[in-house]
Amino acid sequence: MTVLETHATDLGSWPPQQLRSMLIDMIQARRNSDRFFALQRQGRTGTSAPITGQEATPVGAAHALDPTIDWVVPQYREQVALARFGEGVLAAHARYNRGHPSGSHYPEGTRVFPPQISLAAQIPQALGLAWGMHLRGEPGVVAVFFGDGASSEGDFYEAGNFAGVLKAPLIMILVNNQWAISTPTSKQTAATTFADKAKAFGIPGVRVDGNDVLAMYDAVATARRRATNGDGPTLIEAFTFRMGHHTTADDPTRYVAEEERRAWADKDPIAGFTARLTAAGLWTEQDSTDALQSADETFDRLFALAEADHPQPDAFFDHVYANPPQRLLAQRHAFNEEREHG
Amino acid sequence: MGEPSTLTDQKQAGTTQTMVEAIRATLHDELAREERMIMLGQDIGKNGGVFRATDGLQATFGAHRVVDTPLAEAVIIGTSVGLAAAGMVPVPEIQFSPFAWQAWHQIAGQVSRFRQRSQGKHPMPITIRMPFGGGVRAPELHQESIVSQLANIPGLKVVCPASAADARGLLASSIRDPDPVVFLEPLRGYRMIKGLVPDGEYLVPLGVANLVTPGTDIVVITWSAQVEVARKAAAAVHAETGASVAVLDLRCLVPLDVAAIRAIVEQCGRAVVVDEAPLTAGFAAEVVATIQEECFYSLEAPVARVTGYDTPFPTGLMEDGFVPDVDRVARAIGRTLGTRA
Repeated sequence: MTVLETHATDLGSWPPQQLRSMLIDMIQARRNSDRFFALQRQGRTGTSAPITGQEATPVGAAHALDPTIDWVVPQYREQVALARFGEGVLAAHARYNRGHPSGSHYPEGTRVFPPQISLAAQIPQALGLAWGMHLRGEPGVVAVFFGDGASSEGDFYEAGNFAGVLKAPLIMILVNNQWAISTPTSKQTAATTFADKAKAFGIPGVRVDGNDVLAMYDAVATARRRATNGDGPTLIEAFTFRMGHHTTADDPTRYVAEEERRAWADKDPIAGFTARLTAAGLWTEQDSTDALQSADETFDRLFALAEADHPQPDAFFDHVYANPPQRLLAQRHAFNEEREHG
Repeated sequence: MGEPSTLTDQKQAGTTQTMVEAIRATLHDELAREERMIMLGQDIGKNGGVFRATDGLQATFGAHRVVDTPLAEAVIIGTSVGLAAAGMVPVPEIQFSPFAWQAWHQIAGQVSRFRQRSQGKHPMPITIRMPFGGGVRAPELHQESIVSQLANIPGLKVVCPASAADARGLLASSIRDPDPVVFLEPLRGYRMIKGLVPDGEYLVPLGVANLVTPGTDIVVITWSAQVEVARKAAAAVHAETGASVAVLDLRCLVPLDVAAIRAIVEQCGRAVVVDEAPLTAGFAAEVVATIQEECFYSLEAPVARVTGYDTPFPTGLMEDGFVPDVDRVARAIGRTLGTRA
């Protein structure tokens, strides 16, 4: 199944509050991303990965999930868009981008896995989580995000294959943003679509317009119903575009053609959804201003907390083990002695 | 780190078992004790494992608790991370330790780090079982010792039992430990190593070495299947020269029982370290470095290493020359006894 055409749903069938909430989350996601980018240029945060252009994919997915029972297993770009799973995600991500050791620690009850840098490694983990929840009789599903580049890793195939065998309550969201740093999808695969790869796993694969938040919502809601009915996993290829840099350390003008960038700019998910809601009388310019202001207020508050959080110099010894070897305790002691007495 | 716990300390009744029988019985008892425990791996279910270490467990506990997986090491270890996060106690099996390289990113980059990255939110009570070591003429890429590679990964514990009783006591402790453990089972010891194993609950704490043979002139320090080699070499040297040769079984490389190493080397003044892995950057080097840090002034001779060589693990016809044997260890003991500092 391929669902690429812009979503035809009549907006009238959606609760207006839900539509507005999705747009607010998308605006906040982009704003968070922009703020981290600016802070990196000021030397106040480290490398971060902007989400600009891809907001509809994680936001649509997150809104189709239930944060009280479902889990999200992200890669490293989705964190700014997971407001629905709790403010703790952004709070931690501010520390993450600062290089704080607790940057991957989300509060108890926040059902989001730490960011993943070893690409595709999160997919088997998400499968294990979904499998374990099922074994323990818990009702939720797991949605795992990864990119077109990560789909070339063995972990994608190993996990997709085993997920099909286990019929695990897993939703595999392949975010095809066209570029893996400088590698285009044509050099990543000869398959016609990434969704086609689901055939080999014996599971459904769908390609959806990842820039259409409602299409994403529908695809994930459908996959979620399948998963909770015990029918197993779904592979969703979200067809989108990374409008910005791969990370703050990247210069996409070296490899993305201007025409491609401009063509996708016309499909900007936030501009598109804003126009739709405005035309339906559900959104005003003032709402956009308010959403940005609210995003800034939240960001400022959480970033101030992150900046004020100074870890102890020996904090990198924490949590390596539940029962640390004597030897490690001795190293920590020596580290602190040297710092105190030189 | 406390007194070594050996079988002779125990008042429990015992049964004579091979190491593989002891492992199977322990897995059985732990599955019965801990309902969150799940075992997963290749051919471990109906087939009972290629060494029969899991024989009968699927029939007893069900296919949802003893799970045959696809032939895919990374997903065996990767799903274990997620299972642990879901509150399970995973005991994955890698069929032969060199196959672990196909899951290396999950072992070295994920299992070992997840607890710290999540600041303790996601503990990883995973016990990765894998057989290792030479001496059975297996095809290539079946027998390599990768212990130093594992010991160099912070966050893991590395456990290497040398006796049937220790296999039981250390495996039960590993499964109950809240940290990830790689539990290395000696291939040729599965049936060759046999001994009295206590019945019922029996735990050997992680990080406590075992002085299997006391002695005063020289100590051989090793682990796993090489403990038996060291004992025979010690007995041979004693018979020939009358020297009192101690054997220290480290049992765990992480946590390392530094106090036990220090105590016996201070007593003997001479030491030989035996390791099946290649020489360069092997765990024997770690032990030697620890000895010179801890008890340099007790040494009466340079510490010798008996190890494999810096070559790939050789093919079947050649492996006897590679794996340390009784003669090589005995010669190293003799040389070290004859050396004056």
